[in-house]
Amino acid sequence: MASIMLKDVVKSYGKVRAVHGINLEIGHNEFVVLVGPSGCGKSTTLRMIAGLEDISGGEVLIGDRIVNDLPPRKRNISMVFQNYALYPHMSVRDNLGFGLKIAGQKPKVIAERVAEAADILGLSELLDRTPAELSGGQRQRVAMGRAIVRHPDAFLFDEPLSNLDAKLRGQMRAEIKKLHQTVRTTIVYVTHDQIEAMTLADRIVVMRGGHIEQVGTPMQVFNHPVNTFVAGFIGSPPMNQLPGHIEAGQVVLADQSRVPVPPRLAGKVREGQKVILGIRPDDISPQGHGLGMPEDAAQVATLDLRIALAEPLGMESLIYTTIAGQEVQAKLYGPRIVQPGEVLTFQVALARAHLFDAETTRSLEVL
Amino acid sequence: MTPFLLLLPAILTMLFVVALPLIFSFYTSMTSYRLTRPETIEDFIWFRNYIRLFENPDFWRAFLRTIVFLAIALNAELLLGLGIALLINKITWGQRTLRTIMMFPMMFSPILVGFQFKFIFNDNIGILNNALQSLGLTTQAIPWLVDAKLAMFSIIFAEVWMSTSVFAILLLAGLFAMPRDPIEAAKVDGCNSWQVFRHITLPFLMPFVFIAMTIRSLDVARAYDIVAIMTGGGPAGRTELLWTMIARVGYDNARMGQANAMAYLSTILSIAFTYYFYTKLVAARRYMGGAE
Repeated sequence: MASIMLKDVVKSYGKVRAVHGINLEIGHNEFVVLVGPSGCGKSTTLRMIAGLEDISGGEVLIGDRIVNDLPPRKRNISMVFQNYALYPHMSVRDNLGFGLKIAGQKPKVIAERVAEAADILGLSELLDRTPAELSGGQRQRVAMGRAIVRHPDAFLFDEPLSNLDAKLRGQMRAEIKKLHQTVRTTIVYVTHDQIEAMTLADRIVVMRGGHIEQVGTPMQVFNHPVNTFVAGFIGSPPMNQLPGHIEAGQVVLADQSRVPVPPRLAGKVREGQKVILGIRPDDISPQGHGLGMPEDAAQVATLDLRIALAEPLGMESLIYTTIAGQEVQAKLYGPRIVQPGEVLTFQVALARAHLFDAETTRSLEVL
Repeated sequence: MTPFLLLLPAILTMLFVVALPLIFSFYTSMTSYRLTRPETIEDFIWFRNYIRLFENPDFWRAFLRTIVFLAIALNAELLLGLGIALLINKITWGQRTLRTIMMFPMMFSPILVGFQFKFIFNDNIGILNNALQSLGLTTQAIPWLVDAKLAMFSIIFAEVWMSTSVFAILLLAGLFAMPRDPIEAAKVDGCNSWQVFRHITLPFLMPFVFIAMTIRSLDVARAYDIVAIMTGGGPAGRTELLWTMIARVGYDNARMGQANAMAYLSTILSIAFTYYFYTKLVAARRYMGGAE
């Protein structure tokens, strides 16, 4: 149990910089998810915390110790790897107990802790098998068990679910969340999957190109993205982003069509400013088929749109249409079936729309 | 009928290449066949050649010496080869070049290696004694190839020099194939470098070790050329191995029947070694399916 602190942490490979001086404080028992596209430096950051990569600059603290020069074995952390990284020549029992055995624990203690971890993860039946005899999900559970038996200061997860199929991934996600509730420990979790980030995290750290773009709770990051990158990365399907400029309190889009500036942002725009209007698909819906549309008419814009394609998902449909010559996605809630070519009146929830400065890509909300 | 016809070429080949020579040599091992008197091939004496061998202390000495030779040479080659492989695996620059250079000893004929080491270890004109004396480490000429123990050492040295790279290359291939993740997991699990090697790397390498052992045990058990050139089995039979003895009895003394009997017994030795390493190999490979 410990906090983790990164102070101006830099990683360079020769002349190439992978991580550009990031600062992050991870609290006691907090579940923090580092999320971002491939090559954003999230795994490198995790591996620096683990001690598997040298730290080129700055400091990493676990608890109140600076661990920059400590080898992984002295950091008292556990790690779960993407490819499970089980020891193929050992039984599940030996895999689980290996760390304790190396630490010189008594066989009795090892047996107890292994039994405890196997119990938490439902591995008790499998203890005598070798990794080759396990399914992917079971291997992942062994990898997690190996991490928890040691009662470490922190767990590090490096894309642990990306090798599993969709169904299993959902199950394991729930198990990891439960695990965190049972075994209260600091967790740093790396993923490129924003759904994992949203569902698991106490706080999300969105990274891009070796920089941290935004840190916040899942709802903060979802509802108040600081720039167009975070807006596009968090949320599925991604936020629609429509370029335009401000004219007389309205956003004028590429085809001269006009949408009112969301009232809460009215004071933050300049006349003539180039902006990007961000609207989530959930906030564009055919009249009468929306979810949580604002009651106040000033918070809603109305548009007639032609449907290009509809993907029915049961109780809702994903709709592809165009606004101002740009393809956008919208949501239709309810069992109604729509046909391509139909023209419907859509409502846009301005209360939840975003404006970003087109030059800096930063949200006008935070300025 | 058709299946049999289709198999016929294979059956005929096996018959002429393997079965007939095997049966014929086994038959001759039960005759008093001498190359100089061809008619003796019909003189069937049952197992008398074998019985004579069992009573012959020289044969058993050569037999044991071969086992000792195998054990020392194989272990030395394994340890050195493992060390070289681990070192080469570490370097990032010039690895290819080093790998090629490492294979040079394998490119020479064993006969030439024998001649080379015979010269190096020669007590009068050998470069080794010359070097030792010039450095002032010894004042006398050390009889490398004359003293029984030193001669055995010299032969093993030549053998190790020539063949260590076989181990090094096979183990290096094993290290290249090794997944990184379990090693990193072990580091996080608290292992220092030695423990990572002992508990993770070495078990992973064992199948490769056993493959190398299987190949090399066959190779070393039939050692003949280096010994024949360097000492000829001397002094006074002190470096006589099974195959130098077989060749002497079979060709120098022309007693082919007796030599064949020895060859059959030495084949059993080879089979025993191969079988042992092969069982180990199968056992070590069984769990490796879970490496991913």
